This record gives sequence, C-alpha cells and structure tokens, in this order.
Amino acid sequence: MKPAAFDYLAPATVREAVDALADTSRHAQVLAGGQSLMLELHYRRSRPDLVVDINRVRGLDRLDVRDGALHVGALARHRDFESPEVAPGPLGRLLSLAAHHIAHPPIRALGTMAGSLAWAHPAAEWCAMAVTLDAGIELRGPTGARVVGARDFFHGPHLTARRRQELITAVRLPLLGDTTGIGFAEHRRTQASFAVIAVMAALTVFDGVVTEARIGLANAAGTPVRAYAAERSLVGAEAARPLSGPPEHHPFARAGGIAAECDADPRARPYADVAYQRQVIAVLVGRALNQACEDLRRLSGGDRR
Amino acid sequence: MNIALTVNGRAHRLDLEPRRVLADVLREDCGLTGTHLGCEHGVCGACTVLVDGEAVRSCLLLAVQCDGRSVRTVEGLAGPDGEPHPLQRAFSAEHALQCGFCTPGFLMLAAGALESDPTIAADPERLRELLTSNLCRCTGYEPIRRAIQRALLQDTRKPPERSQTGSTAAIRPASPDQL
Repeated sequence: MKPAAFDYLAPATVREAVDALADTSRHAQVLAGGQSLMLELHYRRSRPDLVVDINRVRGLDRLDVRDGALHVGALARHRDFESPEVAPGPLGRLLSLAAHHIAHPPIRALGTMAGSLAWAHPAAEWCAMAVTLDAGIELRGPTGARVVGARDFFHGPHLTARRRQELITAVRLPLLGDTTGIGFAEHRRTQASFAVIAVMAALTVFDGVVTEARIGLANAAGTPVRAYAAERSLVGAEAARPLSGPPEHHPFARAGGIAAECDADPRARPYADVAYQRQVIAVLVGRALNQACEDLRRLSGGDRR
Repeated sequence: MNIALTVNGRAHRLDLEPRRVLADVLREDCGLTGTHLGCEHGVCGACTVLVDGEAVRSCLLLAVQCDGRSVRTVEGLAGPDGEPHPLQRAFSAEHALQCGFCTPGFLMLAAGALESDPTIAADPERLRELLTSNLCRCTGYEPIRRAIQRALLQDTRKPPERSQTGSTAAIRPASPDQL
C-alpha cells in the first residue's frame, strides 16, 4: 500500500519541533531516519495527521564525549557507530560490534539510535544496549527538558515513557572503564534480518575476578531485558579462560542458564517456540561472555587503546 | 508542497503530496523508470538510489524530504555520450544479471560504495557486508561480487587476469565460504 495522506512539517529548530508536537488533538509522528516509520506508513498501521521531519534541525546529529558519557544527538545515524572510534575504550568497541548487526548499509545510512529507542521494537539492538549501559534519554517537551533512565523508559513493545508532545533530543551512554571487556552475540535468520535473540555483555575484572557484569538481551521479552540475576551470579566468579567443549558448571554457562530461565520472558513465535528461545539465550550469553573475556585478554596483551 | 529536486544533474520543480515516496516520484513524475520497486519495505533494495552521493532506499524516503538535494539514479550512470559506466560494463562481462529486476539497485549500491571508498572492493569482508543490502533471486550474488571487483580494477586501468574458468581471478577471497 501507499501511505495515507498527512501534513508535513520540517522545523529548523528543536523549539519549532516541540511546538509542532504540542497540539495533542492531532496525531503527530516524528520522522528521524524513517526506516521503521516509513514501513508503518506503507502498511497504514500508522496513520498520523502530521509528520514532523526533524532532519533539518541543526545540531541534532552531534556525537560528543563529555562528563564521562557519549552524548548521541537524535540524528546520529547507525552508521556513525560502525567504527569503534565513535567512543573511547570498550564503549566504542561494543557499539561498533552492535552497529554491524543492525539491518544493512543503506538502512544504517539513515536510521538513528534515538529513533530506534523511540520506536522501542523488542528486537532492537540499541534498546537492549540502552538498558545494558544504563543510558539516559533526554526528552524535550513544552514544559521543559527531562532525562529518563533506560530502565524506566521501555514499557512494552512500541510503548515508552516518552509523552506524545515530547521529542528525544539526545541519548547519553556512560563510558566503560578500561578494565572492562565487551562481547556481542546475535542469532538471526539471515544477515539483514531482525535479531531472533541478541546478547551484549560487559565484564569488569580485577585480579582475575569479575567485579561487575552487565548483560542485556534483545528480543527476549516484550521490552529489552537487563539480565540482573545472571549478572549477580557472575560477581566474584573467576573471569576464566573462554570455555571450549561442553559448558557445564562454568560460571559463564551458569549465567547463560540463569539469564534464559530467570531474566528472559520470551513469547512463542512462529519459527521459535519458548524452549528454543531460552536455549538460544543461554548459548548466546555464554558466547558474549567468552568474547568479553577474550576482549580483556587482548587488552592486557598490550593492545590497549 | 513545492520542492526542488536535482535528478542526474537535471533540475526538477515538483508539486507533491507529502505522502509520496521518492521512488514513486522518480518513476511517475520524473519519468525515470529505471528505479524499480520490489517490496516497498526496504528489504529488497531494487529501489536503491544515491541521495547526495549516499546509497539509500528510495521507498523509505519521502520525496519532500529531498527538497534541495541531489539524486542519482541508474539512468545517471552512463556517460554523456552514452558510454556505459565501468560498473555496467563489468556487470555485463561477469553475467551479474539475469532477469535484471534487481540490477539498478545493485548498480547504485555499488556506485555509492565505490565512489565513497574504492578500497571496499578489495576487502572481501566489507564487500560481503555491502552485498547483504540487496536481494537477487537469479545470480547467487557471486557474479555481482566479481563484477564490482572488476569495475574497480577497470577504473584503475588494470585489466583483470582471467583464470582457466574464465572468471576474474585477480582478487579472490581466501576461502569460498566468505560470501
């Protein structure tokens, strides 16, 4: 189908954009990268009265590091994260690994991280990344600005804490320390498909022992999941050499099992029943943790950036 | 809504409904039917065009978003004298098309990548990642990969060597499962 008719506005400033969203008697949609919204317009699942195109708002494409965080403007594209240089240390490496799993290059040229958070698809890598890293989401509305933590932002599939008259202006991603190793593992049906399950992990290690673990799961529930129970099981565990062979009793395998059984809340899908999804989660958590260990080992081998 | 659009170097002034996507406007208002529409969901890539030099899906972009911007379609690849673009010659030489429906999209995808960074054709992993963007149901992708490598070699005026099987052997991935 073709999109239904709508009015179109391309504001030049954040203020104009927020003013355009203020009239809640009209159903307005914000257009950033548009790589999900255009699809919804084609299907006519979304039939807005007004499309507010923020692509001509100056300054929203900014990406800068200050106060211990990467500040991602609402128009920073997925492609901007392909290079690990996007942020110093492990954060840049983790974002880069994830970015290469998002759709394919032409989509990454337009789609945005902030748009992905606003869209809140359960399979979105960036949404899981936001909860994994305790990101802050900056919102601007008619009465001022506020920051919502990622753990309070996602309420369900395509449901977020953003009010209809608010615009996401930026996302703050806290930097990760140099003693943190990162990993990312995703299972998908074809290269450019949505994630069946994606797992990201950040392990902070002191003297060979895990002092902090962060594990995020995409498409393992209706909202992005932070695998807190699995993380707790790892604190104090030996950051052991990556496993080879059957992963029984290994702390990483145990964490995978806990993430799959306790943290995840998968729903049956046509090609993946719940038991299958739990199995995938357990395996991918183990792999992501292995990668994080490898990442740390590479760093301690003198390859520190 | 009135917009100004430059397509293949030619200026167009168009009065458009905001809901119309760039692909439809190129085909119906500019008369450039080389840009094909397959899925209209951003999956197949047949509608790929360059907007300000960047390969994007013209089905996932409103035409009004392109006001003041420059679009290049498959019709803009050949030279002014009608001489085919090196990519077009290479696609023909390597049999990188059969039915041809996906070809305009693959050509523009490759043109955008080669113009922004020609080294991509010599990097098997990045070229493989690029080719996941579009769908081809005839060729199995391998001839398309060879054609893009061949076009780069012709651009730098080094004729590709031919192997016994007749395909370009100058650059080969380390193992056959890399594509």
